[in-house]
Amino acid sequence: MASVELTNIKKVYPGNVEAVRDVSLTVPNGSFTVLLGPSGCGKSTLLRMIAGLETITSGTCKIGERVVNEIEPAERDIAMVFQNYALYPHMSVYDNMAYGLKNRGTPKSEIEKRVREAAALLAIEDYLTRKPRALSGGQRQRVAMGRAIVREPQVFLFDEPLSNLDAKLRVTMRLEIKRLHNRLNATSIFVTHDQVEAMTLADQVVVMNAGKIEQIGAPGEVYKHPASRFVASFIGAPAMNLMPGRIAEAGSVETPGGKLPFDAKRFSASGEVEVGIRPEDIRTADGANGVPFKAELVEELGATRLLHGNFGTTPIIVAIPASGTQYESKEVRLTVDPAAVHLFDRTTGRSLAR
Amino acid sequence: MVEHRGWSRYIPYLVLSLGVAIVAFPVYLCFVGSTHPQDVIANGNMPITPGPLFFETYYKTLFVGSSGSTREPVSTMLLNSFIMASMIAIGKIAISIISAYSVVYFKFPFRMAAFWLIFVTLMLPVEVRIYPTYKIASDLHLLDSYAGLTIPLIASATATLFFRQFFLTIPDELVEASKLDGAGPLRFFWDTVLPLSRTNIAALFVILFIYGWNQYLWPILITTRDDMQTIVIGIKKMIVTADALTEWNVVLATAMLAMLPPVMVVILMQRWFVKGLVETEK
Amino acid sequence: MQKRAIFGGKTLPYLLLLPQLFVVGVFFYWPASQAVWQSFLLEDAFGLNTSFVWFENYKELFADAGYYRTMLTTGVFAIMVAGLSLSLALLLAVQADKSIHGAGVYKTLLIWPYAVAPAVAGVLWIFMFQPSLGVIAHAMRNFGIDWNPLLNGNDALLLVVMASTWKQISYNFLFFLAGLQSIPRAVIEAAAIDGASRTRRFWTIILPLLSPTVFFLVVVNIVYVFFDTFGIIDAMTQGGPSKATETLVYKVFFDGRLGGNLGSSAAQSVILMVMVVALTAVQFRFIERKVAY
Ligand SMILES: Nc1ncnc2c1ncn2[C@@H]1O[C@H](COP(=O)(O)OP(=O)(O)O)[C@@H](O)[C@H]1O
Ligand SMILES: [Mg+2]
Repeated sequence: MASVELTNIKKVYPGNVEAVRDVSLTVPNGSFTVLLGPSGCGKSTLLRMIAGLETITSGTCKIGERVVNEIEPAERDIAMVFQNYALYPHMSVYDNMAYGLKNRGTPKSEIEKRVREAAALLAIEDYLTRKPRALSGGQRQRVAMGRAIVREPQVFLFDEPLSNLDAKLRVTMRLEIKRLHNRLNATSIFVTHDQVEAMTLADQVVVMNAGKIEQIGAPGEVYKHPASRFVASFIGAPAMNLMPGRIAEAGSVETPGGKLPFDAKRFSASGEVEVGIRPEDIRTADGANGVPFKAELVEELGATRLLHGNFGTTPIIVAIPASGTQYESKEVRLTVDPAAVHLFDRTTGRSLAR
Repeated sequence: MVEHRGWSRYIPYLVLSLGVAIVAFPVYLCFVGSTHPQDVIANGNMPITPGPLFFETYYKTLFVGSSGSTREPVSTMLLNSFIMASMIAIGKIAISIISAYSVVYFKFPFRMAAFWLIFVTLMLPVEVRIYPTYKIASDLHLLDSYAGLTIPLIASATATLFFRQFFLTIPDELVEASKLDGAGPLRFFWDTVLPLSRTNIAALFVILFIYGWNQYLWPILITTRDDMQTIVIGIKKMIVTADALTEWNVVLATAMLAMLPPVMVVILMQRWFVKGLVETEK
Repeated sequence: MQKRAIFGGKTLPYLLLLPQLFVVGVFFYWPASQAVWQSFLLEDAFGLNTSFVWFENYKELFADAGYYRTMLTTGVFAIMVAGLSLSLALLLAVQADKSIHGAGVYKTLLIWPYAVAPAVAGVLWIFMFQPSLGVIAHAMRNFGIDWNPLLNGNDALLLVVMASTWKQISYNFLFFLAGLQSIPRAVIEAAAIDGASRTRRFWTIILPLLSPTVFFLVVVNIVYVFFDTFGIIDAMTQGGPSKATETLVYKVFFDGRLGGNLGSSAAQSVILMVMVVALTAVQFRFIERKVAY
């Protein structure tokens, strides 16, 4: 196992496309790090630079103690799982897994042993003689992982490996990957645009936007303390409600819906700000306290329901546990826990947390 | 499908059977002719049912040869045709697949120039440069040799384009996975590209084999010795123009033998034949 | 045009291209440029002296009524073969596209003439129509039809057209069938429900949707008549009687034979090259259209 250390990495594609701009990141030995961000933000590019499939425009990439910028992919001691699996269609499952070891001159008996072990681990022993086209999506996915595992690499790289699976299988395979990681404890870097995958798999989430890192942190951390407006709105579903605000007095912010108290120990703010409140942090209250709110539309999701309406002049969403209460077109009052109010700089979008 | 109703549903069978009959008739007549004695054919009253001399005529044709100007037995010509057609097909496939691989999977100065140099040859069929090409072949001492029969015909823009098109459909990730698995360009070609190209190679082989077998103008110029003749030119030389001396039964047996291999290839490998024909035209 | 994932390597890509570029250079570009060069030269009758004469060979060609006649012959030949083989092939393809039993067998029985060498096709047809011994020639004489392709130019041209058409039907059939099968069934069914009769459906729905295939095949058939009928002509008529079946390519061959008139033959080659370039350009324009369709 090894750590991965990126320092001031940049990637400029021909035609002056800046896909990755100045990224620095440490992936500790044995960690499961997820690169999360919207499509086109440069996640794959970053991963492929670590793999050696793209050249690094500037900056250094270290795997373990070795700078690998100029080292061929095959010599970096990494393995990669692709979104479309990239299995060799004409080779059996066994040969798919054995190919990399054969090319490295691993003795036959050793290859056999490793392939059998990996196959047992992934429960694909029965398919070793089949061709990939005779396998289901989930089975192909397992073979792709098996191909990586037999190599016993320093680092595992995953590029959206679950995106081609249907929703149900995706959940199963997600758990499988988690279990595997707990067992092998291999350093893993996992690219996805799906926040649920990121939150459930990662012990370190790296949120990226437009070629830059927005925040690095534990899953709970990026959810509870988003470092920027982008992270705040990207993580969490439905997305965080955002509205303009003004700090009139200490510990309280003026919003289109009225005054809201916030945690003055966490934020140092003054003047014009951007206020963020997660839909699930808003409560309904019966009394005279709180901001008046009328739900124009109610979406039933089973366990929760989403109320759509206006918070003063700003449209917002409120998520509340399902109950028998009728909300449609009824005036209620909303209250917000001061600890759940986030403040961002209106121009830079960065969090105003101290 | 919108179905025919009533008697009109038999129209397709009628039309197609008629088509098949018209298409097959010349060959049927050829076969019939090849089984009748020469004088029966020559006097113009050949019956349209097979005659008694099947074995005699074909034996003579294959192993003795016509008694006219060309004495070479047709088995020699068949062998020459077979060698020429195979060499042309294999040669075209070999040099085209590696050029397409180079153009698709490498980046190097003059890549596009090389591609265009090959592409433009589409517009230079052998017929428009026939005598100068003959002169070069003769300067290189290629007359009356298999090399001379095949090498000048072996370049192929069509096959190169065909393979290039196919390579572009191979997912990039397969190359990348190979790179991670420690395969270099030659190993990737051998272990992955070649096996994946199997059906395309088969399809192309069928088309190119027929192309090679049916060559006419070039072999006529490049071969002078009778024992280097291919069957397609041998047959032409057996016809003594407008002359009763032509041994028609032998000529017709030779025609049957000349058709047999390529037609069998089309019928037995129909799937690949159709694929090759349709896809090389893209 | 190219892959995202590519290999490094300084010499390997050139080595891989070398065989093809070698053949192309030695047997395509060099002779083609020789043809162009020769078209500006004039050789004396004994082949001892050559002189550079600029466009003399071309001028002579375009002043020669024989050359125009050959052009006309080639044009008529092309139109007849393309017209006949396309319409017959379309007729057969439309029938084979219907849901009938044994469609596969009919298809097999219709496509094999593609594999017959042009020269052999010529032998098959001359055998049927040879005035003294041909079975069909005899039958025609019995019906009182005056037929002699060995003497009558029109008869000869007709004979060559028949043999060429016979060989080309299978190719056109295959492409028409593929084209027909790619027309969505639902479109035709919708037209049927809209009350279009069978004939109307053919002219207003099927044929327009098939038009890219038709254009493509017209070009291919012209190229076929120009170049691939050489063997048919040489086996049947050698361009005769009195040049009635001489095409442009056959004339190149004939005029340059045995060192006859190499300069003129070369000039004709160059003109042919220009025609091929034009045809190829049309074909590729068409392919672009096909992609956009
Ligand atoms: N080979 C390439 N050439 C030029 N631009 C590219 C190339 N690959 C990716 N890009 C661009 O780089 C940006 C980041 O791409 P990518 O890393 O694939 O994003 P992600 O994986 O996060 O969706 C995108 O804007 C994309 O268009
Ligand atoms: Mg990506």
